[in-house]
Amino acid sequence: MKARVHVMLKSGVLDPQGEAVRHALGSLGFEGVEGVRQGKVIEIDLAETDAAKAEAVVNEMCEKLLANTVIESYSVELG
Amino acid sequence: MHAAVIVFPGSNCDRDLAVAFERAGARVSMVWHKDTSMPEGVDIIGVPGGFSYGDYLRCGAIAANSPICRAVVAHADKGGYVLGVCNGFQILTETGILPGALLRNAGLKYVCKPVDLTVTTDQSAFTQGYTAGSTITVPIAHHDGNYFADEATLDRLQAEDRVAFTYARNPNGSARDIAGILSDNRRVLGMMPHPERMAEPLHGGSDGAAMFSGLVQQLADA
Repeated sequence: MKARVHVMLKSGVLDPQGEAVRHALGSLGFEGVEGVRQGKVIEIDLAETDAAKAEAVVNEMCEKLLANTVIESYSVELG
Repeated sequence: MHAAVIVFPGSNCDRDLAVAFERAGARVSMVWHKDTSMPEGVDIIGVPGGFSYGDYLRCGAIAANSPICRAVVAHADKGGYVLGVCNGFQILTETGILPGALLRNAGLKYVCKPVDLTVTTDQSAFTQGYTAGSTITVPIAHHDGNYFADEATLDRLQAEDRVAFTYARNPNGSARDIAGILSDNRRVLGMMPHPERMAEPLHGGSDGAAMFSGLVQQLADA
C-alpha cells in the first residue's frame, strides 16, 4: 500500500518561500495570484495491506518525524 | 568540569565548540551520534552547529531522532546542562527540550555576519558572566534561524525571564527579536549565534568567551 503525506506550514506561520514564489509569479505577468504556500509531499511504500492500520502508522510517523507539529500540519492519503 | 560535544554527520562547529570549552578549562569528550550514552560524569552537553544529516526533511529533525539524542533528552530531563548552538538549537527544539521552532529566514537568504546581541538576562549559568542589558558581538551563520513560537509561549518565555539574548537589529525575522532561549529550569540554552566563534582575540573578538568561562566556573563549583 502506498501512502502520500502532505506537509504544510500552518496557516498562522509565515511562509517566506511561498511569498517569494508569489512575487516571482507576479513578475512573470501572472495576475491575480493572491497567495502561495509551499509544502512538501512524502510518498511511502508500506508492506501493510490494511488501510486503517496503515493510516494509524503513517499518522504516528507524521507525529514523530515527518511533520513538526509546532509549525506544520499534515494530511495522509492512502492508495 | 567535563563537557561532551556531540558529532553528527554534517556537524562543522564541533571542534570550535570543544576548543572554546577547553580554553575555559573544561575537559572535553567528543561523542559520536551513533553512541547511545554519555561518558561517565558529564556536566554539560554541547550540541554543535553545522548541517546534521544535510538538513534533510527539516533542520535538526533527523539528528533529534538519532540514538545519542535520547541520551541528551535523558540528561536534560534529570536536570543536566545542555548548550545548543545554531543547528544545535534547531535540534533541541526538534527534540522538544526547548519550545518553538526555527523557520527559514524571513529574507530567504543565508546570513553570515557578526551581529550585536542584547544580553537579556544574567540569571543563568550561561549568561552570569555578562551584565544584563549589555551588548555583545557574536557571529551568526544560518539559513533557518527565524525563531517561531505561538504568542502564549512567547509571553511565557518573556514573563519567566527565559529569553537569554535578543538581536539588536533583527537579521532573520525572529519573533520578538529572540536569538536564544533557556529551558524552564534555566539549564538548557539554545541560541542561533555562535559564541564559540568569537571566543579569543584572533577570532576578531572574544565576547563569547564569558559564556564558557562562566559555565566552567559554575559547574566546577557544583
